[in-house]
Amino acid sequence: MIVLVKQVPDTKNVTGKAMKEDGTINRQALPAIFNPEDLNALEEALKIKETHGGKVTVITMGPPNAAQVLRESLYRGADDVILLTDRAFAGADTLATSYVLSQAIKKLGKFDIIFCGRQAIDGDTAQVGPQTAEKLGINQVTFVDKILELHRDYIVVERSIEGGYEQIKTKLPVLLTITAEANIPRPPSVKRLLAYRKALTPLELENLDEDYIRAYEINPSNSKIKVWGYQDIGCSIENCGFAGSPTKVKQIESVVLTAKEMKKIENTKEAITALMKELMAEHIIG
Amino acid sequence: MKTNEVWVYIEQNNGKIADVSLELLGKATELAKKLNVKVGAILIGNNVKDLCDKLYAYGADKVYLADSEKFKYYTTLPYSYVVVNLIKQYEPQIVIYGATTTGRDLAPRVASELRTGLTADCTDLQIGDYIKPSTKEGDKLYKDILYQIRPAFGGNIIATIVSPDHRPQMATVREGVMKMKEPDFSRKGEIIEFKNDLPNHLFITQILKKVQREKTVDLKSASIIVSGGMGVGSKENFKLIYDLAHILGAQVGASRAAVDAGFISKDHQVGQTGTTVRPKLYIAVGISGQIQHLAGMSESGRIIAINNDPNAPIFNVAHYGIVGDLNDVIPKMIEAYKAIKK
Repeated sequence: MIVLVKQVPDTKNVTGKAMKEDGTINRQALPAIFNPEDLNALEEALKIKETHGGKVTVITMGPPNAAQVLRESLYRGADDVILLTDRAFAGADTLATSYVLSQAIKKLGKFDIIFCGRQAIDGDTAQVGPQTAEKLGINQVTFVDKILELHRDYIVVERSIEGGYEQIKTKLPVLLTITAEANIPRPPSVKRLLAYRKALTPLELENLDEDYIRAYEINPSNSKIKVWGYQDIGCSIENCGFAGSPTKVKQIESVVLTAKEMKKIENTKEAITALMKELMAEHIIG
Repeated sequence: MKTNEVWVYIEQNNGKIADVSLELLGKATELAKKLNVKVGAILIGNNVKDLCDKLYAYGADKVYLADSEKFKYYTTLPYSYVVVNLIKQYEPQIVIYGATTTGRDLAPRVASELRTGLTADCTDLQIGDYIKPSTKEGDKLYKDILYQIRPAFGGNIIATIVSPDHRPQMATVREGVMKMKEPDFSRKGEIIEFKNDLPNHLFITQILKKVQREKTVDLKSASIIVSGGMGVGSKENFKLIYDLAHILGAQVGASRAAVDAGFISKDHQVGQTGTTVRPKLYIAVGISGQIQHLAGMSESGRIIAINNDPNAPIFNVAHYGIVGDLNDVIPKMIEAYKAIKK
């Protein structure tokens, strides 16, 4: 089993500190977190590992410090973790991202199920899962709320649709995108945390001083985190990153908002009228 | 054959066309007019030929029809095969899809196979020029391409996305974002049937069961939600919530406590165990703000909290807070709205 995860800026907790003077967001100031629904995806994989056996490999593509979500995956029960990081991967849209992920998965060889979170909270596109499935030439089921049955060569899942659900039986291998409704992800295990907090990537090791490395008996050669660049997975560079992305950002406008810095509205006719006018001016209400 | 048309993927369930598809036909008509091309509709299903007249009425000039018992239910592989092959054969310049569970399953798959761009959940689509900076030949001008405008980064930015070098340009749009145009049932159009055989290996998925109620509450795609909690006090008092929702064109939500107390049905429940919502505006009335509720709505664009307890946790996630009794505050909001509208 393979789980695809992403480290994302915590867009839900935009505080005053993360705002620049002009009212726009300072992305660097936002804490980086494990994309919430990717934790649901990991949980589904770990549950199947417990009931059916198998191995769980977690893959992420991102900057070097995305290794943190891999350590967190190890704490929760992942067997192997892989960081795909390379300058060539930067600026990727969903198509270029799924190309890189699919190349890494091809290198791993055989698998039965790929789990992804339904969508990431920074882009909310929900596209990387289906696009990765297409690149691998396998089927997909998106918006999965429940895995009902798992057999040697087929799976039965419940998928949410508008106003209801459908139960789908499909052949393995398959890629599933998992919703937040599927489960409550387990917390990290203390034992595994102690075992794997020293799992560092070569780059992270470079930034540590030698005394620290000795004191913690860190042995870089047996680090649990594999790091692959574009050449390791046979990517053609024109399909990666910005170059491999059909979509380009033409323009970005910041929505200036006072997020989570609450504006107190007095319970008076005037104050409430002013609020309604403001919302209307911003086309939030019609 | 390069038609350069603007296409809409038509979603239908049991012969009923999704509202979002009709809304998109209206938008496609606008875009096609600017580009001076025709509007095409992709219609896949079983015994759905009768729907063509309705599609013409809402703006389609042509319907690309794949009608077979094999297409009774949406399944990813056969449907994407049809869409991909139609696009390859007729080369539209733009294809738009509803951002439904079907559209968001299908469109990325199609984009990947065609190696083209796709922008999810657009809130606006426009035609305009784009200058691509610093190419080998200097700046390069692209005329009349599709601006795909969408919020990103938890709604903190609005991005305009383009796909200058790839065709078709594709986007998904949520229900309710575009306005449905008045149907004109005198309009006529042309049917182009898709008759290719589909390879057997695409049919590896069976729908065992499908449970879908006629939509009474649609929180997921609502752009405004007015939600009530325990503080509303009674089933009867929920009428105030409905009144405000009605005037704003909003859906009605509720906290788990209000559902458990029997004030309103579970369909309305927002939160971890209910529906996760992210409307443009969320008005929380008499909701204290339990974590499980906040988890389901804190991504809303703007949050107004109305509560008579100034220390209610809901105020921690709200953008606007009104401390007061809902029986007093809501009528004031309704009056203010009516007065501004006048």
